[in-house]
Formats: sequence, C-alpha cells, structure tokens
Amino acid sequence: METTDPTPAVNADAPAGPDGRDPWLELAGFTSARVALGRAGGSLRTGSLLDFRLAHARARDAVQSAFNAGGLERDLKRHGLASCSLATSASDRRTFLIRPDLGRRLDDASRQRLQELATGWGHRDLAILVSDGLAAQAAERHAVAAIVPLVEELQGAGWSLFPILIVPYGRVKLQDEVGRLLGARHTLMLLGERPGLGSPDSLGAYFTFEPRADRTDADRNCVSNIRPEGLPPAAAARKLAQLLVESARLGVSGVALKDTGLPKPPKPAALG
Amino acid sequence: MSHWSCTVGAHSHHFGSLRELMAKATPRRSGDELAGVAAASAEERVAAQQCLADVPLRQFLQEPLVPYEDDEITRLIVDTHDAPAFAPVEGLTVGGFRDWLLRYETDGGVLAALGPGLTPEMVAAVAKLMSNQDLILVAQKRRVVTAFRCTLGLPGRLAVRLQPNHPTDDPKGIAAAILDGLLYGCGDAVIGINPATDSVPAVETLLRMLDELIRKYEIPTQSCVLAHVTTQLQALRHGAPVDLIFQSIAGTEAANKSFGVTLALLAEAQAAALALGRGTVGRNVMYFETGQGSALSAGAHHGVDQQTLEARAYAVARRFDPLLVNTVVGFIGPEYLYDGKQIIRAGLEDHFCGKLLGLPMGVDVCYTNHAEADQDDMDTLLTLLGVAGCNYIMGVPGADDIMLGYQSTSFHDSHYLRQVLGLRPAPEFEAWLEKMRIVSDGRRLLPVGRGHALLAHGND
Repeated sequence: METTDPTPAVNADAPAGPDGRDPWLELAGFTSARVALGRAGGSLRTGSLLDFRLAHARARDAVQSAFNAGGLERDLKRHGLASCSLATSASDRRTFLIRPDLGRRLDDASRQRLQELATGWGHRDLAILVSDGLAAQAAERHAVAAIVPLVEELQGAGWSLFPILIVPYGRVKLQDEVGRLLGARHTLMLLGERPGLGSPDSLGAYFTFEPRADRTDADRNCVSNIRPEGLPPAAAARKLAQLLVESARLGVSGVALKDTGLPKPPKPAALG
Repeated sequence: MSHWSCTVGAHSHHFGSLRELMAKATPRRSGDELAGVAAASAEERVAAQQCLADVPLRQFLQEPLVPYEDDEITRLIVDTHDAPAFAPVEGLTVGGFRDWLLRYETDGGVLAALGPGLTPEMVAAVAKLMSNQDLILVAQKRRVVTAFRCTLGLPGRLAVRLQPNHPTDDPKGIAAAILDGLLYGCGDAVIGINPATDSVPAVETLLRMLDELIRKYEIPTQSCVLAHVTTQLQALRHGAPVDLIFQSIAGTEAANKSFGVTLALLAEAQAAALALGRGTVGRNVMYFETGQGSALSAGAHHGVDQQTLEARAYAVARRFDPLLVNTVVGFIGPEYLYDGKQIIRAGLEDHFCGKLLGLPMGVDVCYTNHAEADQDDMDTLLTLLGVAGCNYIMGVPGADDIMLGYQSTSFHDSHYLRQVLGLRPAPEFEAWLEKMRIVSDGRRLLPVGRGHALLAHGND
C-alpha cells in the first residue's frame, strides 16, 4: 500500500536494493527542495500532502500574527537601547497587505510627534527602524539579536544613533520619510520578509544613504534571509556594519555600492 | 478623448475616456483599486461593462490608451496592425465580438487568421465582458504551436517547464531537482533555472551544466537560465550554450525601462540566439514572462487597468515569435490579486488574451503566502487551464520554490492534469520518456529501478 507505507522508500513499486537504500531518496541529500517524495499512483502521498499543508499553515500564521511591539521595546531597553513607537497610515493588517502605499508613510500624529522629537535629538548619523512587515515573528525573534551587535560596532566606529524606531505595518520605503524628517544621514530598516514555506521568520535589512522622497530600491542595499538557519543575526550585523561604513566613506548606497569580501550566502538547511 | 455614458435603471453612469471605461469594466481586483482606477461600486462595474459592450472595436484603433508619442509599445501595436486580417470583425462592437468568438463557425483557423488584426486593447476589452467559461471555450479553440528541440502546443498535449531552482545555485542541488522532475515526465517545455545570482559566470556555469545533461541523455528539450537579457547575451558572446533567451516584459515602455529592456534590445537578443542555430525542429528562441500588476508596481501604468496592460505585454512578446510565454499569475502578491478568486480569473484572462493574440501561452499557476489562496485554488486554476488548452505549466519540486519563496505547481500536479484530461507530453519528449523507461503509453509513470541511468547520474 503506497499511501500507508511506513518506510520513506520512494520507489514503492521497485523496492530498495540489498543494502536497503533507495537511490532516489539520496537525491534529497543535495537540496532542500521537495524532491524524492514518492507517489501514490502519480499523486502526492498522504504524508507529503500534510507536510506541505503544515508548512503553508505556519507561513500563513506568520503573515497574520500580531506584532508584539511592546515586547521588542522591553528587549531593547534591557540591552540599554532607547526606542520610540510610531505608526504608519496602514491601520490594520488587511489594509497593510492591500495598500502598500499606506505602509510607506507615517500617520499624521506620528509625523507630528517625530518632528517634535527631531528638534530635541538633533543631527545624528543613523536611524534604525524595525517593523513586522510581512512576518512579525521575524522582527520579534531576530531584530534585537542583529541590532545589539550592530549598534555596538557602529558606536565603536564613532557613529551617533537615534533611538530605535518601532513602526508596525511598515514597508521598506517608510525609511525615506522618517530619515528626511530626522535629518538622518543613513536609515536602516529591519522588517519581516515575505515568508517562504521553509522560512516563516526571515528578517530583511535595507539601508539608504541620505534618505529622501525620491529614493528608489536602486538606491538601497539589502541583506536578506536573516535568521539562525539562514544568515545568523550576528553575522548579518557584521555584514551591515561593513556595508554601512563603506557607504558612509563613499557617500553612496544602492547599486553604486559594491558588496565585496563579505560572507557568502548561507547553505540551505538539508531536508529533514 | 471619447466620452461614454449608460443608463442602468434610474441611474446614469458617465465615463470620461475609453481608458476609464476599460478600467471600470474590469472584474474586481485589488491592483486596480490600489491604482485608483477601479469602479466605485458593483453596479458601476456592470454599467461600464454594458457601455463597453457597445463600443465599436474600431474605436481602439482611433484612441490609444497609452499615447502613441510617449510609448514604443503603442507605436508597435498601431504600426503593425494588419487591417485586412481585422476585416472580418471591423464592423463589430465589443459585445458583438464576444458573440462572434463564441459561434461554432469561429474555429481555430478563423482565430489564427484574425490574430494579426487584433490589438491587445480589443482582446482585453472583450475579456472583461466574458465569463470564465467563455474565456475557456474560446481559448480552447486556438492552438498555438511552436518548436525548438520539441514541438509544443499541439492538441492533446500538455508540456511542463521544469523549474529546479536552488537558493545558492548549487549545481548538484539543481541537478537533483532536474532528475526528479524528468522522472515524473516533466521538462518538455524547457528546463529553466531562475538563478539566485544574476552574474555572467554563474549563468555560464548553469548553462553548461544543462547543456551537458541534455546532450548526454539526448533529451529533446531546451534549456534556459532566466537571468537578465543582458547577462544572457554576455554569456552567449563568451560562447556559452544558449538555447532560449528569457526576459520579463511588461505592457508599457516605461515599465520595460524599469526592467532594463527595450524592443531594440530584445531584437538584438533574438538575432543572437537565432544565429547559434541550436534548435532542431524549430526556430522559436525567445521565452517571456509577464504578470498583471507589473506596470503599476513600476509606477508606469498611465492610469490603465492591469489586465489591459498585461495584454499589451503580449504585443511585445508577439513581435519576437517566442517558444514560450507565461503569465506568473499570482506571484506579485495580494495588493494586485487579492485571493484565489482573483488569481483564477486573472489566469484565465491572461491565457485567453495571449492565445487570441497568437502566443504559445503557459501559466505559472501560483500564489504567495500573504495572498488569500492555497493549493486547492491552484488545483482549480490548473484544471481549468488544462481544459482551456494551456500550452504548459510549471513543475516545481513539491510545488515549493525554495529560491523564489512562493508556491507553484508540482511534478505531481502536472501528472495529475495529464491523467485527468488524457493529455500527453510533447511528441518528441514522449518518445524519449518511453525510451528511457520513465513513462509507458504516454500516460503512466513506470517504477524507476535502482539501475536507472538518471538516478545513477544524480548520485554520481
């Protein structure tokens, strides 16, 4: 019975050889893609069907889950980092998903508040923004682990930083408005990436030199797949620090800034 | 600019231009709402459709939705319009055209002859009036056949693009996914890799790997590495074995500019690939991908609805006699197509519009995790497209693309569709599958023995 076969043999009609190994299954050792799944007739076997559903359910939950901004604020405080909470013009999750334009700008109250705060804060080098983006747990689990070493390294290099800005329902471009209001030389935004089936908590980091309204994606640099199984947060912090220092030295960001001598992309986790 | 109005019950609806009328007549989708061009109410949408039904097809030749002076795609559409081919329908309105398309007498031959006389805007307009079953019925009449090392699009056939992506372009990981897919009878449309890195050396490495595999096992298929067209051209000039040239395209000059392409660049690429003469049974060397919403995403939509702009992208594709065109229908996200219902509708529209314009349409039946959709919605669209005579679909291991982070259709899905509709692979590829003892009678997968050459290759 193919569908209830307790062994992982994929050649259900052609059992494994004398050594008990199924050569098809060995293909799975070379990639985390869903290869060597076997078949019932020509269709997915029950186990593979439910595995897929579970992965999709987790990714869906990741998109829908509420962002614990307060917890993030407390975590930062524990590491001696001040933060400030703001809001975008997207008022709820559904609006955020279908109106990317609203996630790119602050709401009126936050804009006014930030303008007032900016006067007291004065000129500084870098504003770091954190948002749930498309996966709140990415920000909750990995943002502090990336920010703490990054701040330490940049302060060591003489950089001055604004308090960390926590802004739920934010899109990458939000940093342009925030950065301009503050007069920040650089902005860096950490936010949950579009979750893949195998990566429901991946954090992305995007920075911009001299942020302003007419900046586009071509003016930014991105470090993505920040999570323990991908690019671990501490390694991401090192990479970001290198890139930011280089960006400040050259006075550019985006395609004009080359990513050289940096860690190679991580190897994917083997299929379990 | 034209002005249109129509009375529904006691209420009169006015539309200030053909562009506005087209947008408001479009079945509801989030991308048009995001662009601010959608109908404000369900009634206004149907009023716009009633109004659109009375618009003469000729109006689209007189009133370009994107200005001729500003846009090379409009110029391409207008300058290459074939008036004699248009003659059979030139006196019809959009509504009359729908009725004409549904007639028994309007068969595949009639539609093939008509194609050069149609503009993307005419085809988009009639699609807005059509129900899902209309889109299926008419598309099914129009077979578009193309060839390179095998023949695609024949009646009773369904091809599959094998999509063996890997997050770090690891050749062994990619090879494992290719072998897995071949053993499910996939790969006749193309073995096409989306590279994680858009660099010339990376693309050359992958092209050579694919070429060696295809030559070693004499697989009657073609390869492609879906990097930017300029990267592929550089690899080609370094002597890399390029079968097909790929490029993403959109429906306005400005959107294509944001992709870094022009018509001239695409013509240069086509000429370079043709000069290699690597096809054995045909000379279709281009592969294009499209998708509703790309122009708005690039800020280059000119106030035109996304379904019409998508059809305009097909005018670009048509110019270059492609082997393959597919709409990556649900990839862009819920801000353009919100849920399974919108994705299914858009997939059927795109397939219909492409076919009517004479393109070898495939569909990447897909969604992202932030869209309100799941694999059951994909099963539905997949089945509908099979009935509609779609040329090819994607084959991704377990439907989970680990590099692009979205869900498409699996090797198993393609086998399901072939089973349930009695569809077979491309004829040359089917013969190879039988020779390799992978498939019998074009329909059933055979048990793969330990000694099978492809398994041995993967474990080398």
